[in-house]
Amino acid sequence: MNKRKSKAAAYLKNSQLLVPLIAILLLVVFNLIRDPGFFSVGLTTNNNGDPVLQGNLISILNGASELVILSMGMTLVTAASGGQDISVGALAAIAGSVFVKVLKSGGSISAPVVLGAFLLCCAVAMAFGAFNGSLVALFNIQPMIATLILFTCGRSIAYWINGGATPTVSSPIINAIGSFIPGIPIPTPILIVILMGILFALLFRFTTLSLYIQSVGINQSAARLNGINSVGIKLLSFVILGACCAVAGMIGVSRLGLINHETLLINIEMDAILAVAIGGNNLGGGKFKMIGSVLGAYAIQALTITLYAMKVPSTDVKAYKAVVIVLLVVMGSPVVKEAAGRLGTRLRASRRAGAGKGAA
Amino acid sequence: MKDGIVLTMRGICKRFPGVMALDRVDFTLRKGEIHALMGENGAGKSTLIKVLTGVYPKDAGEIHVDGIEEAISIRSPQEAQSYGISTVYQEISLCPNLTVAENMFIGRTEGKTVNWKAMEKRAGELLDSLGIPARPRQQLSSCSLAVQQMVAIARAVDTDCKVLILDEPTSSLDDKEVAMLFRLMRDLKARGVGIIFVTHFLEQVYEVSDRITVLRNGNLVGEFEVDKLPQVQLVAMMIGRELQNLSVIKKESGAASARREVRYEAKQLSSTESRPFDFYIGKGEVNGFTGLLGSGRSESVRAIFGADPVTGGEVTMDGKKIRVAKPLDAMKNGIAYLPEDRKRDGIIAELSVRDNIILALQVLRGMGHPISRAKAEEFADEYIEALGIKTASSDTPIGSLSGGNQQKVILARWLLTHPKYLILDEPTRGIDVGTKTEIQRLVLKLAEEGMSVTFISSEIEEMLRTCSRLIVMRDRNIVGQLTGDELTQSHVMHTIAGGGGDNE
Repeated sequence: MNKRKSKAAAYLKNSQLLVPLIAILLLVVFNLIRDPGFFSVGLTTNNNGDPVLQGNLISILNGASELVILSMGMTLVTAASGGQDISVGALAAIAGSVFVKVLKSGGSISAPVVLGAFLLCCAVAMAFGAFNGSLVALFNIQPMIATLILFTCGRSIAYWINGGATPTVSSPIINAIGSFIPGIPIPTPILIVILMGILFALLFRFTTLSLYIQSVGINQSAARLNGINSVGIKLLSFVILGACCAVAGMIGVSRLGLINHETLLINIEMDAILAVAIGGNNLGGGKFKMIGSVLGAYAIQALTITLYAMKVPSTDVKAYKAVVIVLLVVMGSPVVKEAAGRLGTRLRASRRAGAGKGAA
Repeated sequence: MKDGIVLTMRGICKRFPGVMALDRVDFTLRKGEIHALMGENGAGKSTLIKVLTGVYPKDAGEIHVDGIEEAISIRSPQEAQSYGISTVYQEISLCPNLTVAENMFIGRTEGKTVNWKAMEKRAGELLDSLGIPARPRQQLSSCSLAVQQMVAIARAVDTDCKVLILDEPTSSLDDKEVAMLFRLMRDLKARGVGIIFVTHFLEQVYEVSDRITVLRNGNLVGEFEVDKLPQVQLVAMMIGRELQNLSVIKKESGAASARREVRYEAKQLSSTESRPFDFYIGKGEVNGFTGLLGSGRSESVRAIFGADPVTGGEVTMDGKKIRVAKPLDAMKNGIAYLPEDRKRDGIIAELSVRDNIILALQVLRGMGHPISRAKAEEFADEYIEALGIKTASSDTPIGSLSGGNQQKVILARWLLTHPKYLILDEPTRGIDVGTKTEIQRLVLKLAEEGMSVTFISSEIEEMLRTCSRLIVMRDRNIVGQLTGDELTQSHVMHTIAGGGGDNE
């Protein structure tokens, strides 16, 4: 038992998941001390008379959904291209606008119409992803510069799609996507995140995508000489991120029942990049662990909710967040990791020396 | 210090993890001489230069310069410069968007302000006195490469320079530009500057230098006066083995290889990096490309594999016409290629040994057919065992293995694809002797099983031991094909060295 524990500890010590796990653990402990009932989850009945789960834990998991989905895609782009896509918020707004446009175009909002709307907004977002990707992969433009274009003009495109209006959609189906499916007490966005997680797990299990992306990200030249189409792989990672933007945009729209192209998922690109970094993934590309980014995203959301729960004014939240994030990023930096490693070795050595003396 | 000597290095040692880069090397530079430093890759030329310029600290030995009694220690390029040692590197390290004058004085102006007028005047004088065809206010990028190089030299010699190091200054210059550079070198020599000239080009050494110091595998082979050292002998010393020592194990007669069925044939194959050439290899044949560094041997095999964009030529495999435009095409036709630069083109450093082994096979199987973890484990273990790869586990990142073991992993990667034609470009470079012989033996065994193997090595002896036919290249052209009785050290060296300086 002890042996197994130490093995797990050793694994964790070398794992990139250490930082996000510590961050989440600290937030949990901090909140429990502050308010022992912070994480209690209750079952209540909503306006429609359906039983739903409620509590801070649920709102963290629920609220993080868009961020988690975007950080999944961002992980792949980061790993393959060694850079980040800063247009994800804008692209989600475009996707959301397309989604609403289709819903408003017909008469009644039926399930097939919603499905069609989703597929179309997915296709549009993937096309924009391919645009970003081709700038990066074919023209070797720095990802951040390449995606700056869509970052700048994306919300204007979203504005044009619905003619400048911010149309509302009300339908039980949209409500079910944005909050609860009648009879299921778990918020739907959480279920969508789980579904996305399963999809990615299957993708990694039944294709070689992960191996290819990592090879291209670590050593493009060697990857090419082994027959990997590195241009195609980079392009693909951007297209997948486009699909993630579409899902995130759809969730965002469904939550509010309207599309506001100016505010939908505003500034989320920075949080998504941050989630990838906190998750211990190298922003310079190469090896990646998607679960790290997911944990990172939840840590960011937990931090936000904690600050709100502490009645920090919403204008100040960003400043407080920044402080914690600086700490997390420094904690995960190679310098600190190395220093911690040296300290650990020294402590063990001195303990051994002490034990030796005791025996003598 | 004796008169007329500006620099002596005695017993210089430099050790890197796993290799002795310099082992008790001596070097002497006289006033007003051009002294060529020669050796193949890994001989220790650049290490010696870097020790001299303070880029690497030396592990042992002494450095003396003219005018200072005791031995000096050089800890940085700035310090080297203060002793009058200046370097002009292969890649011109100037700023193309600044003017010629700015480039000559950048970082060397006194005080906080720049007196532009005085600087330009001084630059003009210096350029004139050295006969460099450039104007001070001209933007550097508007000058030809040769002139840029000369500006870099002007910058270097302006600081009371006693020792000028030119590291491959001619590698990107054409003949006319080289002549211009040589005029400048002779001019500086007449002014008493000692010049260390590092180059791969034999003809240029014989044209301009007074003395030659030859290094091989981190050891000093000797110092020679140019007119007393025939070109063939120089090649022999650079490559190793004296001419007299000609113990050659011939694998088979030329007749036997002529009877073979042709496995791969290229006609007028060319790529962006290689000139058109004809080439073939038979089933079960081991042949090799040889020639000095930069002779085009690597570029030729890269063209075969489609590693550089192919620009023309016809290729057949087992008699069938094939098209190889990119590496995947070659792989699909059963061609495998172990690249020359293991770090840059071979290993995926952070990935595990296992992932590195299965990579090529995985790519051949396609994206939708991943090799299962269990199967990958099995493949990896099989080859770790078969090739004796020393690794903690198949999970270990390949980057943490030694060079020889990394090379075996890449070899395993290609053997796993069961290629019909295996190309090995310098598979034994920078790896220990034991692994070298293992790889040679493996090559012969694979050939016996019917695989065709093209082998490239800087060590001619190694090639003679494994190849039944050698294709000799010089200056990017095939200049000879040696088989049977012609496969001797002296024959190969004569063909490599060509006509010049051949007075055996």
